[in-house]
Amino acid sequence: MNRILILLITIFPGVVFADELDTGDTAWILVSTALVLFMTLPGLALFYSGLVRVKNVLSVLMQCFAIACLVSILWMVFAYGLAFGDGGSVNQIVGLGNLMISDVGMDSMSGTIPEIVFFMFQMTFAIITPALIIGGFAERMKFSSVLLFSALWLTLVYAPVCHWVWGGGWLADKGFMDFAGGSVVHINAGVGAIVAALVLGNRRGFPDKPMAPHNMALTVAGASMLWVGWFGFNAGSALASGSGAGMAMAVTHISAAAGSLAWMTCEWVRSGKPTVLGIVTGMVAGLGTITPASGYVGPLGGLLIGISAGVVCYFATQYIKRGLKIDDSLDVFPVHGVGGALGCLLTAVFYSNSYGGLQSADEAYSISSQFGVQAIGVVATIVWCAVITFVILKLVDMMVGLRVEEDEEIEGLDIVLHNERGYNI
Amino acid sequence: MKLVSAIIKPFKLDDVRQGLSEIGVQGMTVTETKGFGRQKGHTELYRGAEYVVDFLPKIKIEVAVDDDQLNAVIESISKSANTNKIGDGKIFVYDLEQIVRIRTGETGSEAI
Repeated sequence: MNRILILLITIFPGVVFADELDTGDTAWILVSTALVLFMTLPGLALFYSGLVRVKNVLSVLMQCFAIACLVSILWMVFAYGLAFGDGGSVNQIVGLGNLMISDVGMDSMSGTIPEIVFFMFQMTFAIITPALIIGGFAERMKFSSVLLFSALWLTLVYAPVCHWVWGGGWLADKGFMDFAGGSVVHINAGVGAIVAALVLGNRRGFPDKPMAPHNMALTVAGASMLWVGWFGFNAGSALASGSGAGMAMAVTHISAAAGSLAWMTCEWVRSGKPTVLGIVTGMVAGLGTITPASGYVGPLGGLLIGISAGVVCYFATQYIKRGLKIDDSLDVFPVHGVGGALGCLLTAVFYSNSYGGLQSADEAYSISSQFGVQAIGVVATIVWCAVITFVILKLVDMMVGLRVEEDEEIEGLDIVLHNERGYNI
Repeated sequence: MKLVSAIIKPFKLDDVRQGLSEIGVQGMTVTETKGFGRQKGHTELYRGAEYVVDFLPKIKIEVAVDDDQLNAVIESISKSANTNKIGDGKIFVYDLEQIVRIRTGETGSEAI
């Protein structure tokens, strides 16, 4: 009997030991963790820093780097427990316990991967979300305020929403579908950014004074890293190595390409020339919008979601910047906020196998009823994020202030806040 | 002695330098600069934020010349910097009071 068992285990390890450690899954999630961290350091850092003026290049890099470090520690100390712990009687809203990840040992599992790997993978999402918000207050927020804000925002916005959607909270119970973070990451970051832009106020001189990107080459380098890293973000969210991850990677990629060309086309038609900034922003729009849908849709969904993302986010950006004249400096809300919301809603449509989605034939599924659930999730995230972000900003303002002085803003954050110069050429 | 200061389009620098060395001009100083005359700027577009950029990149060449070389230098620069398009630039002539070669202490025409 033992010999037969051993023979079976050797040939069919997955069959005999379901939900035991799968080295293929674990290896992929280890890699995905590195890819998603790479999205922040240096992907997002380069993308953003190229878009600001020379005098502020270091401030953006510093903020990205510092947020990565800060969130890493806080995630370990208590935020992972808030997001993924068992909250007992309040588990619908937030998790509890697992301080200093004391419950995560060498044998703790999360599905087929060690929990410590899951903890790390999720940490990289917790890092990039507040880092994205930098775009809303770029070139005018005090560094101490950024740190304090990010710590509070991680705790009071990111962790709870993450728990609602992925940690067994009320949105998960409702059947809200968000594969890799359309709501948890993108809507949250977008709404956080635009609220910050409104509370801090526009940059001095916006929108009349020219504030052109100082180094578009950095931005494109960063954007390219985001595309590659996003494979870890979406395909890694399969939490397994297999065709699920493969399809998520495929639809993510198609959406990126489609979003790029769609934005480029809109711009070409409306402004006369296609720009590099346009094509990479379209790429980000495509990637952000496919994120919630990436594990649920097929290639057709990827294509159509990508195209919609490029078009919708393009017009949203024009409207926020030129229509409403809100200085969401790096366009976080129209790209991530609008894109994330759009993606969450389109997930309901393109999951259906009538549109090439991954809905199985014997699954009872109603697009309209799922659309309703998605809408609830989108609205709940927007409202919670907007209100709490506003409160946090007011609190931080009372404690350490928010914005630098006018003459400091004119001189530039690098020299004023960090005593450094980006380029000594 | 005169100081000839010419504002030209950057891509014309090599032609101007060559033309000047052909008539025996030994040295010059080149500065990267910006400016505009009647040439209009261009617009740049960054995600919906449109900027009109007035100042165009130019090169300023400064050459110290003897009075009897002045006309040849002006003619050489005019010819080699010309593209027949708006924005070709201008030549300014200043009176040069004194020149000193630092290494040897030579002054005046010998220092050119």
